[in-house]
Amino acid sequence: MSRYLRFLVPLAIFAVIAAFLFKGLDENYNPRAIPSPLIGKQVPEFSLPLLEQPDTQITNKDLLGKVYLLNVWATWCVSCRAEHETLVQLGRMNKVDIYGLNWKDERVAAQAWLRQLGNPYTANIFDKKGRTAIDLGVYGAPETFLVDAQGIIHYKHAGPVNPDLIRDKILPMVAELKKKG
Amino acid sequence: MIPEIGHYALILALSLAIIQAIIPLAGSYTNTHSWMALSRPLVWGQLLFLTLSTVVLANAFLANDFSVIYVAQHGNTKLPDLYKISAVWGAHEGSLLLWAFLLAAWSAAIALFSRNMPLPVVARVLSVMGMISIGFLLFLLLTSNPFDRTFPVPFEGRELNPMLQDPGLAIHPPLLYMGYVGFSVAFAFSIAALLGGKLDASWARWSRPWTTVAWVFLTVGIALGSWWAYYELGWGGWWFWDPVENASLMPWLVGTALMHSLAVTEKRGAFKSWTVLLALFAFSLSLLGTFLVRSGVLTSVHSFAADPERGVFILIFLLIAIGGSLMLYAWRAPYISGGGRFDLISRETFLLGNNLLLSVLAGLILLGTLAPLIYDAMEWGKISVGFPWFNKMFVLLTPFLALLIGVGSISRWKHTDAAFLVKQLRVAFVISLAFGLLTLLPLFSDGNLMVGLGMGLAMWVVLSHVVNVKERLKHKSGFNGFMRDLSGGGRSYYGMILAHIGVAMFIVGVTMVSNYGIETDIRMSPGDTADIAGYEFKFEGVSEFPGPNYNAHRGRFLISKDGEQIAILQPEKRTYFVQTRPMTEAGIDWGLTRDLYVSLGESLGNGDWSLRLYYKPYIRWIWIASIFMGLGGLLAISDRRYRTARKRSSSTSTLTAGSSTPAAAESHS
Repeated sequence: MSRYLRFLVPLAIFAVIAAFLFKGLDENYNPRAIPSPLIGKQVPEFSLPLLEQPDTQITNKDLLGKVYLLNVWATWCVSCRAEHETLVQLGRMNKVDIYGLNWKDERVAAQAWLRQLGNPYTANIFDKKGRTAIDLGVYGAPETFLVDAQGIIHYKHAGPVNPDLIRDKILPMVAELKKKG
Repeated sequence: MIPEIGHYALILALSLAIIQAIIPLAGSYTNTHSWMALSRPLVWGQLLFLTLSTVVLANAFLANDFSVIYVAQHGNTKLPDLYKISAVWGAHEGSLLLWAFLLAAWSAAIALFSRNMPLPVVARVLSVMGMISIGFLLFLLLTSNPFDRTFPVPFEGRELNPMLQDPGLAIHPPLLYMGYVGFSVAFAFSIAALLGGKLDASWARWSRPWTTVAWVFLTVGIALGSWWAYYELGWGGWWFWDPVENASLMPWLVGTALMHSLAVTEKRGAFKSWTVLLALFAFSLSLLGTFLVRSGVLTSVHSFAADPERGVFILIFLLIAIGGSLMLYAWRAPYISGGGRFDLISRETFLLGNNLLLSVLAGLILLGTLAPLIYDAMEWGKISVGFPWFNKMFVLLTPFLALLIGVGSISRWKHTDAAFLVKQLRVAFVISLAFGLLTLLPLFSDGNLMVGLGMGLAMWVVLSHVVNVKERLKHKSGFNGFMRDLSGGGRSYYGMILAHIGVAMFIVGVTMVSNYGIETDIRMSPGDTADIAGYEFKFEGVSEFPGPNYNAHRGRFLISKDGEQIAILQPEKRTYFVQTRPMTEAGIDWGLTRDLYVSLGESLGNGDWSLRLYYKPYIRWIWIASIFMGLGGLLAISDRRYRTARKRSSSTSTLTAGSSTPAAAESHS
């Protein structure tokens, strides 16, 4: 019997992989239905050092009072490089503050990256251990959250942002949230 | 009206594919000659209609027919003609059409070059190709029709993604797809063999050249993509372990294992069920790659057309194609006969080692690529597997491959004397070891073990193959003997040597560029100079310059060494009119032993720029290596035994499996 079972192994492996693929698909199946469990909730509490100034701590309370984008990035993340130009352009428009969550990264490398590629961020939160990213439910870098003045998350985009998304989705939402105050 | 002809041709091709999937296969069981003979004309019909479809779509781009949504999204009146053509496969719908077209082309090639094969085998193989074709054509027609119209008609198109407006990337997808789709042939041969219960030496011999051709395309396609990323993305790397890159590397690794395993099956009748499994996996991984790119399950710089609805379709397709074939495997493989015995020290053993290592590598990449998905599904938390993990796995396993390559290729089938191996290879081994140690001296790498390992292994691969060739030519008289060997039956042998030398070059390139590459990010004002690895980079400033469909900032650098000017580099930063995403065009002075690479960063005001200046030693060797591998593969398939296979097809030993049909032995005329 084991002679026959042996040849079922590849099929079994494939079945497991297919199950994971299906699960992955399922979650993305209707991305707008439940984009993130955190939509409509507060940005989780954190107190972390700034990337630029290791001695200065920043907390979620410091960010209250304005509409901002929270962009999760890292130097080891290839897609982050792809979206960085777009963020730099967005930064130049001066329409919304962008805060960076530098995720599981090396401080020196991250600072060099910003010097080299341009710095669109108002400030960068240095999340070396990745705890805050876990609290935010980050699936993989890059991810971008839109947060209002009360610190409530209104929108989340997984993957690199592109100029179309910013023009058609993010900036209109920013304008609306700013109007509400 | 014309686009509808393209759409209609797709539907006709689908109809033909359905007939092709059923009738010849049924004929092979009922032994109905006319049903089986139908397979060839059906394949030609499919190729005709899919060619028509492709030409219609290309014509829509050239004629700026923006009433077609796909053309409106990716075409533009100002787009140069070359990119209007390449825009055909520049996005999701069109690239699928290319898939289907190439599948038909491969099928036609089988129809053309299968005169020496028994008709039932041809019928079954082409039926399986028809089934795959059904999947892709349904996918096209149901979820991704490139001929859909839009109203009102836009005045101008949204233009091809600027990243793809590059000659290298215009031909990268077709080559890569030729490789992906090419593995469908080995897949179809295996399925046909499993269906017929006839897994024998002739099955392996028919599969070999097809697999090799597909592998050559995939090799060159991947290398071209890597080269493009290097000069176009502007950060000087050549491989990023991006999910989509991994999706192409996995079939390549399994395909490489398959080529070697097929050799054992053909020559020795061994590893049959393993070879079949590899053939199934090589194509399955190609399909999986398509799924990963198209479904948006993983984030990647490449996933320009993620759409979950399409993901569901591809997943169902995967389930049927891969699940079905593995079920067939589980059912038939237990009856495959064992094949020739071999000793512990024999070429079979070393090739088995090669197969295991390559498969484990492919498995690890699969694991790393799917890790975010697995972690999420299991609720273990979040993970992003990056660069360091993949690199570590590769550095851990590939040295063993490089060691085996030297021993395996000189070993004999069935049994090799350990004393013979030692006698042949000891000098090569000692020299390689000494060379590796030498590179550890302060003068070269100052104790960098990676450099010692890489250079020692590269030397080992080269020297062990020099010994190998010397041994082969021992009884052939000098240069004339070599030429006779090359024009006769020695081509597959010399093809192997060439490809393996490519492996050595690859190791040299990777070792040198990873350990001696210099990357500097600096701010420069016009007139400034920077010194990198003994080269002086003089920045002369940046000027604006109009292109056909973009505006460019063009920098100018004078490069000199020892006071002598050797090159002028003009890196660009382009802003395309329609899609305003900025693109970099690196300025590169290339050479065999080093590239000098300049790419523009950001304008910092007053004519100052942030710049990336790179020194990349031996990086060309990485791509030249792939050319060697590709040429090796081409040389191998030009071997005389494939050309004369027709005459000998009846005389080969057939190590048949349990339930062979007598029909299969028929008609080899």
